Amino acid sequence: WLRLWNLTWFWFDESFILFVAYFSTMSAKLSALHSDSYVEVSQYRDQHFKGNRKEQEKLLNQSNTLYVGNLSFYTTEEQVHELFSKSGDVKRIIIGLDKVKKTACGFCFVEYYARGDAEHAMRFINGTRLDDRIIRTDWDAGFKEGRQYGRGKSGGQVRDEYRQDYDPARGGYGKLAQQHPPVESRNTY
Amino acid sequence: MSRRRHSDENDGGQAHKRRRTSEPIEIEDRLESLICRVGEKSTSSLESNLEGLAGVLEADLPNYKNKILRILCAVARLLPEKLTVYTTLVGLLNARNYNFGGEFVEAMIRQLKETLKNNLYNEAVYLVRFLSDLVNCHVIAAPSMVAMFENFVSVTQEEDVPQVRSDWFVYVVLSCLPWVGKELYEKKDVEMDRLLSQIEGYLKRRVKTHVQMLQVWTAEKPHPQEEYLDCLWAQIQKLKKDRWQERHILRPYIAFDSVLCEALQHNLPPFTPPGHMPDAQYPMPRVVFRMFDYTDAPEGPVMPGSHSVERFVIEENLHCIIKTHWKERKTCAAQLLSYPGKNKIPLNYHIVEVIFGELFQLPTPPHIDVLYTTLLIELCKLQPGSLPQVLAQATEMLYMRLDTMNTTCIDRYGKPILYIYCLRNNFHQHFLLFFPYSRLINWFSHHLSNFQFRWSWDDWADCLTVDLEKPKPKFVKEVLEKSMRLSYHQRIVDIVPPTFSVLIPAEPIFIYKYLDETASTLPGYQLSITLGNAIKNRATNEEILTILKEVPNPNQEDDDDEGESFNPLKIDVFLQTLLHLAAKSFSHSFSALAKFHEILKTLADSDEGKLHTLKVIYEVWRNHPQMIAVLVDKMIRTQIVDCAAVANWLFSQDMAHEFTRLYIWEILHSTIRKMNKHVQKIQKELEEAKDKLEKQQLKRRDSGDDEDMDKNSEDEDGQLEEQIERLQEKVESAQSEQKNLFLVIFQRFIMLLTEHLVRCETGSVDISTPWYKNCVDRLQQIFLMHHVTIQQYMGTLENLLFTAELDHHILAVYQQFCALQL
Repeated sequence: WLRLWNLTWFWFDESFILFVAYFSTMSAKLSALHSDSYVEVSQYRDQHFKGNRKEQEKLLNQSNTLYVGNLSFYTTEEQVHELFSKSGDVKRIIIGLDKVKKTACGFCFVEYYARGDAEHAMRFINGTRLDDRIIRTDWDAGFKEGRQYGRGKSGGQVRDEYRQDYDPARGGYGKLAQQHPPVESRNTY
Repeated sequence: MSRRRHSDENDGGQAHKRRRTSEPIEIEDRLESLICRVGEKSTSSLESNLEGLAGVLEADLPNYKNKILRILCAVARLLPEKLTVYTTLVGLLNARNYNFGGEFVEAMIRQLKETLKNNLYNEAVYLVRFLSDLVNCHVIAAPSMVAMFENFVSVTQEEDVPQVRSDWFVYVVLSCLPWVGKELYEKKDVEMDRLLSQIEGYLKRRVKTHVQMLQVWTAEKPHPQEEYLDCLWAQIQKLKKDRWQERHILRPYIAFDSVLCEALQHNLPPFTPPGHMPDAQYPMPRVVFRMFDYTDAPEGPVMPGSHSVERFVIEENLHCIIKTHWKERKTCAAQLLSYPGKNKIPLNYHIVEVIFGELFQLPTPPHIDVLYTTLLIELCKLQPGSLPQVLAQATEMLYMRLDTMNTTCIDRYGKPILYIYCLRNNFHQHFLLFFPYSRLINWFSHHLSNFQFRWSWDDWADCLTVDLEKPKPKFVKEVLEKSMRLSYHQRIVDIVPPTFSVLIPAEPIFIYKYLDETASTLPGYQLSITLGNAIKNRATNEEILTILKEVPNPNQEDDDDEGESFNPLKIDVFLQTLLHLAAKSFSHSFSALAKFHEILKTLADSDEGKLHTLKVIYEVWRNHPQMIAVLVDKMIRTQIVDCAAVANWLFSQDMAHEFTRLYIWEILHSTIRKMNKHVQKIQKELEEAKDKLEKQQLKRRDSGDDEDMDKNSEDEDGQLEEQIERLQEKVESAQSEQKNLFLVIFQRFIMLLTEHLVRCETGSVDISTPWYKNCVDRLQQIFLMHHVTIQQYMGTLENLLFTAELDHHILAVYQQFCALQL
């Protein structure tokens, strides 16, 4: 068996404790116990990414930036900053905008100084509420100019083009449903 | 939430080499999985699962013995909450294969030695406990376990060692007794009695003199404190009185008694505790956080008493579960709620108490604060009918105790109030009455924001009847302010009763001095208009500077041609106008700061300039503390102001009326953290450069003499050496700045406290005003939160600031900190 030294530094506010895991002759690493599923990269891949899949994976795995979705259109940068600062120092926030109206359209990017802080956000802020809505975070390859705009035909996000439900915090009905309102009654015979 | 199987890739570590044949890997993974998962929810009984697993492992021993040994050693160390499940498994294996049992014991002893050598004291406790429970499984002979305990307790006879060392060895022995006390007493009662009386003697010797200065901020003498070791001793004594009858711990080995008692036992090799090393980091003693007792759980099972060993075992196990599963909040919540034996205890109360205990731990919680908020939310999701009520009850209790927190240690029912306690290494125990309010405020507001801010505010109407500086109204105000940051002003107005309007935070709007014509008489008014237009028309920095040259300097008698010296009016006009134009959002303001960075740096060039810059920021944004905090942060990072300036500003007379507000301290701690991170970053760069040089030199030495290589590598070396020198200077300069920052902070504290004490003395007034207590708290907090950094500068602190001439009230805080030797 190879001798594997694992050195992990943990920062405990201002103090640090050096953790040294064992020679593998002493005890196993037990991958079963080191599950960290909230930090895993999701299946989503930005189709507009400029570069090959391998580069994209690399950037996602070392990214300090999170995409945040399902925001209310009315959620402000200040609110996002307050919430996401709970997992560490936030470097910048870019609020997603409707391409046409240039108003908030329900998503944003949060960039941290340290990846570890972004990981904590994935573990503890993802799936909790902001402005009474369950928000979703995902790794992002990194902000580039232009990515702050929605890619839906109407200018907002794609998901708001096609959804059928009524969401007052996201412009009401989906854009398609607004143009072609659903039929009043559906009788099944 | 996708639950993909954890991948084989290490995060950033060495690549995992796959063997050519995948079978052995698969079997090893399977073994790991089988062993890790035994004891979890299953359609079969635990006993049949253990029996089955023992059979499988026995069959695999010929080929996978070492792997199995390593896995079992690992679960002993990493899954202490499943201790008895694994000791039973080892017992079964030992019964089937005596040699394996012996090898396992040897491996455990080796592992114990390693953990102690590496300062992993918490894990060492789990290992010793595992060994002791192996006595119950007939793997280890009781007399040899007693002998190990005797060796541990003999550490109390050592001289000139830190008390925390002997404390720890005593703790280990006592903490095993709930599991193995009965068995050991049955086999070796004389020796055990001697052991316990030795421990008793030691605990009595641990001096408990309260430093008299503490009476400054305690109204009454505290009752005997429930310090962790005292509490455990009381629990063990009660257990002994109950003839070691312990009914809470799940003991699967009982079902296998007939098999296990046939097994041959092993003797533990004589184990000498490793000697004290100067760099040893024994665990800090702690107070057992308690907020509930049997009167608090209204229906259902009764909560075990504070001196019952059940309480100890439950708390230990719950802490262990959090430690094991902290990254996986849903699993963690599920594991907490499926605690074995949960039907006999008010589990929700235990869980809430343990979680709050971690959240309020000093100096810092074991995990990041936000983990606890989210974990509690997951628990509420799984137990929507019961857990929210327990949380509400807990919050209510903490609110009720706000008033008494810093004045007495016990409430009027004689219950020890929660408090935090730290032990000095040598002889004296010092008590810190300090509760981390800010964590409670942050938790509560964040929690509420996940539940539509629903709360029975009227229950807290009593906070409206007292002076708003008192703890209760202050607490509510801070909660509302934090809640507003997570939502918006009107929301807060809507969620509280109208009577609470006095506690609602101000609307976070910009206050512009030069807003309209009513300001036309102000000296900078005209210029503010000119400047505003220039900025809106995208004037260059040069053009702006030209405009600014026109600003008269109220501080100067004669004209300064360059206009370079500190000009408060210039700063005022420019900054107010700029920030007003950029007031829309954080991003707008950050852009503004970035665009005019050069001008701002120039204007703020002196200490006075920096101070005035901060003053202006406060003036315009005083209704929006969140904005102040982010602007100050940005200005430090872009070096428009420095950390010392921020500290001076926070302590300045202009900010005195804000001194007790939470955001002030958040800015100060954040500033200190930035300073610390800055120093660490440069130190790291220096270390890396040094390593690089060393590697380079080694390579050269190894590669032998080659003329060409010599010249190039000499150049490289030279470059690196220069870089190292530069970095060394940078480190020294950064450390100097860091030291200065703490000097400034402590100096200002001393000034403020001294003023207060003198004023009270001359006026014959009691010094213990809410302001004073708050201030002392804050000072203690600085010491506690940044003790590692501060300790580097103790010499300077003592020589320059905390001298014998200082008022003894203030000096006491410093002396306590030294005594803590954290």
